Formats: sequence, structure tokens, C-alpha cells
Amino acid sequence: MTAEALRIEGLHKSFGRLEVLRGIDLVVAEHEVVCLIGASGSGKSTLLRCINLLEPIDAGRIVVDGEEITADGVPLDRIRRHIGIVFQAFNLFPHMSVVDNVTLAPRKVLKTPRAQAEAEASDLLARFGLSDKRDELPDRLSGGQQQRVAIVRALAMQPDILLLDEVTSALDPELVAEVLDVIRELAASGMTMVIATHEMGFARDIADRVCFIDAGTICEIGPPEQVLGEPREPRTRQFLQRIIGAGRL
Amino acid sequence: MTTAGRARRGRPDPRAVRSSVIALLSTLVVFGTIGWIVVNAPGWPDVQESFLNREVFVESLPELVSAFAVNVVIFMTAEVLILIFGLLLAIMRSTTGPVLLPIRVMATIYADVFRALPGLLVIYVLGFGIPALGLVDPKTPTILYGILGLTLIYSAYVSEVYRAGIDSIHPSQAAAARSLGLSHLQALRHVVVPQAVRRVIPPLLNDFIGLQKDTVLVSAIGVVEIFRTAQVLQYATFNFTPYVAVALVFMVVTIPLARLTDWLVARDKRRAASSSR
Repeated sequence: MTAEALRIEGLHKSFGRLEVLRGIDLVVAEHEVVCLIGASGSGKSTLLRCINLLEPIDAGRIVVDGEEITADGVPLDRIRRHIGIVFQAFNLFPHMSVVDNVTLAPRKVLKTPRAQAEAEASDLLARFGLSDKRDELPDRLSGGQQQRVAIVRALAMQPDILLLDEVTSALDPELVAEVLDVIRELAASGMTMVIATHEMGFARDIADRVCFIDAGTICEIGPPEQVLGEPREPRTRQFLQRIIGAGRL
Repeated sequence: MTTAGRARRGRPDPRAVRSSVIALLSTLVVFGTIGWIVVNAPGWPDVQESFLNREVFVESLPELVSAFAVNVVIFMTAEVLILIFGLLLAIMRSTTGPVLLPIRVMATIYADVFRALPGLLVIYVLGFGIPALGLVDPKTPTILYGILGLTLIYSAYVSEVYRAGIDSIHPSQAAAARSLGLSHLQALRHVVVPQAVRRVIPPLLNDFIGLQKDTVLVSAIGVVEIFRTAQVLQYATFNFTPYVAVALVFMVVTIPLARLTDWLVARDKRRAASSSR
């Protein structure tokens, strides 16, 4: 039994009267990759934002590396250092060069000296084929390059868990592959990841487990070949049929 | 040959020429008529003598320009203080969480009160009220009360400009910063405020132009700056021309700044258009 990286118990979250998450229970082991699938609005993004404490939760517990991060008085900024998140819309800082985007948090939060932070950033950028973009401003890069920089920016904090929120949804189709390759490499290197995605083929390749979320609850969870190949739940089947109908599988 | 063809060869497009000519003629007609009416008014010779007197103008201009140095000191000092204090107020208003509510309320009341009060009143109250308290050295230069008054008033306006800028930065930027472990203040300092300030430079310049002109209010508490000097000259010469000279000095300073502001706005528009692919 491998160690537990993330445990979610009875998570509820509402926006006003709209209940988005209605009791989520999920355990993610260290080095495990869990893909969240489900229709738009099913609660995948909200779940990721709750894990990162970007959204306050209404009920339930989230435990990361044995520490309950949703307990009262836990310093949010310290928790977030250990949980990286990459957003659908990149959210790079447009007024900073690529290297400044990557080194901002290490320098200001971890107090890493600039030279060391930049050296580490250069290594990461090189690893993901972005060395020549080091001093560019984000709006000079393609969408795929921007998203890779966003992943590097999250990795620069050396997170224990990486959350990826539909990171290829805003990309032109020909740019999707370069970003997925980066994520594959991270998975191979043992990074614990929770990935919300619409790329079913990718989920089948990369996931240890696939989790189908429907109407704010986990409808079905299991190995990808089972959930995507022989779904037990009728709702999972319906969802997959719609996806196949749309040519995404 | 098409008009486009002619234009390409370097000859001006006749339609453009025609509209320029019409614009020029209509301008000449309108302003010529107004000028003719004024110059032929029955009181024009008297007005010319008391407002546009060449000798008085030439005599008073050097003195006025050197007095304007006082206005420059006032608005340069006040502007620096306003930019700092206004930003502080805007940040106070952008705080979140129930614990910090008093800070938000204080900043909001401040902005409301100091935008409601006439500037002249604030300067009067400070200039005569503070010395009367007997807490500060009576030899404190009066100009400091003037600078303080302008700073208090303009900071209220400028804080609103900053706040609009901060609000215009999409919340996903702050979310990205917070997700990396930056605190609320660090996110503001490194991510939100630098972007916000860039966006609000034109309206900030606009307030700066207003501040430059409002330096004359400081004359009310006895600071001898350009307007006060013009008053003294008027009493001495029984002639209003020094005021016209003051008007010219202000125009020479503020109009280029207004043009710069417009140019910056136009440049931002072009940039926004070219970056949204």
C-alpha cells in the first residue's frame, strides 16, 4: 500500500443556491494520476479549486500528506505551496517575462535567492523545450507554449500534488499534443496529479484511475479500461456515448 | 484611373483634399465671425486696454513666471504624496475578509468625505485651523498646509482611479498568484498593482492636470504663488492683464500634458487591438 497524498471526505460546495459539489469522497495515492471526466458544469473545476483552497468549502475535509488543510487556522499560503494548479486559461502574468513568471513564487514565497531561482527555472524551461522563450513576454508565445510555461511555473514550487484544470481546452487542436506530452513526462517521473480533462484518449493513456463526475458527485471511479471501456453506470455510458458522438474518443 | 491608384502614385486623393478645404473654411468662418463680433463690440477698446495691455504683459510676465516656481514645487511635491497615499487607500479598500472591514470602511468614508468637500474649504481649515491649535511650530511655512490640503483632496480621487484599475484586472490573475503561495499583499504588490497602474496612467495624468491648476487655491491662505502675484500686480497697475498672463502660463504647462494623455490612451488602444489575436 503506497502512501496517501490526498484524501477528500464528504466535500460539499455551493455557489449561492447552486450546489456544485454534493459530497465528494476521493483518495489519491502518492505517484498516482487520477483523471476527472464529466460534462461541463459537473463540478470538476470546482473540485480542483477547492483542493487548492481557492474556494472555501461548505462541508467536509481535505487532507494532504496527513494534514487536514481545511481545518480552522491552517495558513492557506503555506498549504498552497505544496499544491500546484494549472488553469485552462494559462493565467500567466502578462507584465513579466517567462523567467520572471517562473521565479516569482520561489523568490517571494520560498525566499530563494534570485540567481538560484533563475538557474532552477532555466533547468525546468530547458526540460520542457522552452529555453529560447526565457526572456519573452507571455503574449509573444503560442497557446501551447504559454500553457507549458504555466506548468513550469507551478513545478518551480516543487509541489507534492499537481492539479490540472482542462489545460488543453483553450488550445488550438494542433497545440494540444505538446502540452499532453509534458503531462505524460510528469506522470512518468512520478508526479501525483489530479487532471480534469475532456481528452478521453489521453485519460485512458495516462490515468491510473478515471473518475466520472456527474451533478456534483462521483458517479463511477476505476481503472481507465473499465470506466472508459466497460462502464457500469448508465450515466457514465450516456456521457461516453455523447463524447463518441462528438468524435472525441 | 481609380482614386486609389492616384493616391498610390503620391498624388493626394481629391476627396481628402476637398474635405480638408471644407473643414478649414468652416473653421475660419466660425472663429472669424466670433472674433469680428468681439472686436466690434462697443466696449472692446476698454477691454483691450485693461486685459490685453502689451506693456503690462511684458512687465509682469517675468515676475509671474518666477512666482510659478512656487506652484511647481506645490504640485510636484503633492503629486508624489498623492500617488503614494492614493494607492494606499485603494489597497485598503481592496482588502477582503471580515476582520479588515474597519479598514475598508475607513477608506470608503475617506474617499466620500474628501470628494464632497470643496478644496478651498479644506485648505482654509488646514491653513488657519492647524496653526490655531498651537501644537505645531508657528513658523511652519504656510505652503506645507497647502500641500497637505491638496494631497488630502486629490488622494481621494486618485484612490478611486487606482481602485478602478485594480478591479479591472481579472480575478484569475490574483488566483494564479495565490495558488503559487503568494499572500494577498504579495499578489497585489507583484501581480495586480503593476498591471493596474499601467492601465490607469492616462486618468492619473488627468488628475495631475487638475492638481496643477488647483495650486492657485493655496493663495487663499497667503502663499505667494503665481495667482497671488498676479493680484498684487493688478492692484499696482489697475490692470487685469497679469491674469491673462497667468492663464497663458497654465496653458503652456497643461496643454502638452493633455496631448500626452490622449496620445497614451490612443497607444493603449492600438496595443490592445494588436494583442487580441
